[in-house]
Amino acid sequence: MKFKINIFLKKGVLDPEGKAIENALLNNGYNKVNDVRVGKTISLNIKSDIKSDALEQVTLMCKEMLVNNVIEDFEIVPSEEDK
Amino acid sequence: MRVTIITFPGSNCDRDVSVAIKKITGKNPSNIWHQENEVPNCDLIILPGGFSYGDYLRCGAVAAHSPVMKEVKNHAARGGAVLGICNGFQILLEAKLLEGALIRNSGLKFVCKRVALKINKQINSPFLHHFKQNDIIHLPIAHNEGNYFADSETLKQIEDKGLVALRYHTSSDGNSFNPNGSVNNIAAILSDNGKVLGMMPHPERYVDNELGGLDGFEFLKSTLEQLS
Repeated sequence: MKFKINIFLKKGVLDPEGKAIENALLNNGYNKVNDVRVGKTISLNIKSDIKSDALEQVTLMCKEMLVNNVIEDFEIVPSEEDK
Repeated sequence: MRVTIITFPGSNCDRDVSVAIKKITGKNPSNIWHQENEVPNCDLIILPGGFSYGDYLRCGAVAAHSPVMKEVKNHAARGGAVLGICNGFQILLEAKLLEGALIRNSGLKFVCKRVALKINKQINSPFLHHFKQNDIIHLPIAHNEGNYFADSETLKQIEDKGLVALRYHTSSDGNSFNPNGSVNNIAAILSDNGKVLGMMPHPERYVDNELGGLDGFEFLKSTLEQLS
């Protein structure tokens, strides 16, 4: 089963890349833009057909390694082809 | 005095630390590769600076899950001393041996300069034994992700327990107060038992007057004396 994991810095954690992009957008006339955040996506495949097992594994690896819960939030999205 | 220095792929201060330790103790430290499952019996483990795994995922995140880190955690759990410098500090945080996180410098630039640091000595620690409260030392920093962050509750606990070891401090020559945006000007923190220290400044780079100063020499020498 394929998954995408979207990881963003938590609200209140400095996101200089998001801030720089926001400023650039504002400078280019997109004056209604705000709250620009930059995150990352990790896509992976779990060799399992049991969705609950696969999801449990992905959640565990997020908590143990892929995400730092001090500064980041995450969401796990099953990929389209498996929906 | 037995010191073990761990090299991860991308560590680049491991040799500098080795040279500093040799200069102080007259003995070569053990250098081990991160794939090792055993750490030699020692008084201090040092995780050196660098860019382990090219800072992939997050700084220190992949190194924190290296095979050797299990033994580093066991060593710390037995009350052993661990020093993480720069990337080593990031690894200690990712390994949950210390609390909080290090994020991108608020100024968005890699900062490489000499900074003034104020000693905060509230708990017993071999790393601080030599110093008095509010002593000022000078060490170089060189990092892109040295902006210490913890949520307000964690930060309060760290401050209440007196776990901040070093804070950035304005020097008499007007060097900037806080080079990276760290909350409460934090440059180094300790574990609850005072035996694990993570610090952004590089003591191993100030062990020779020709290279800028001897404060790093004093810091490492006094620590090693306490631990031997």
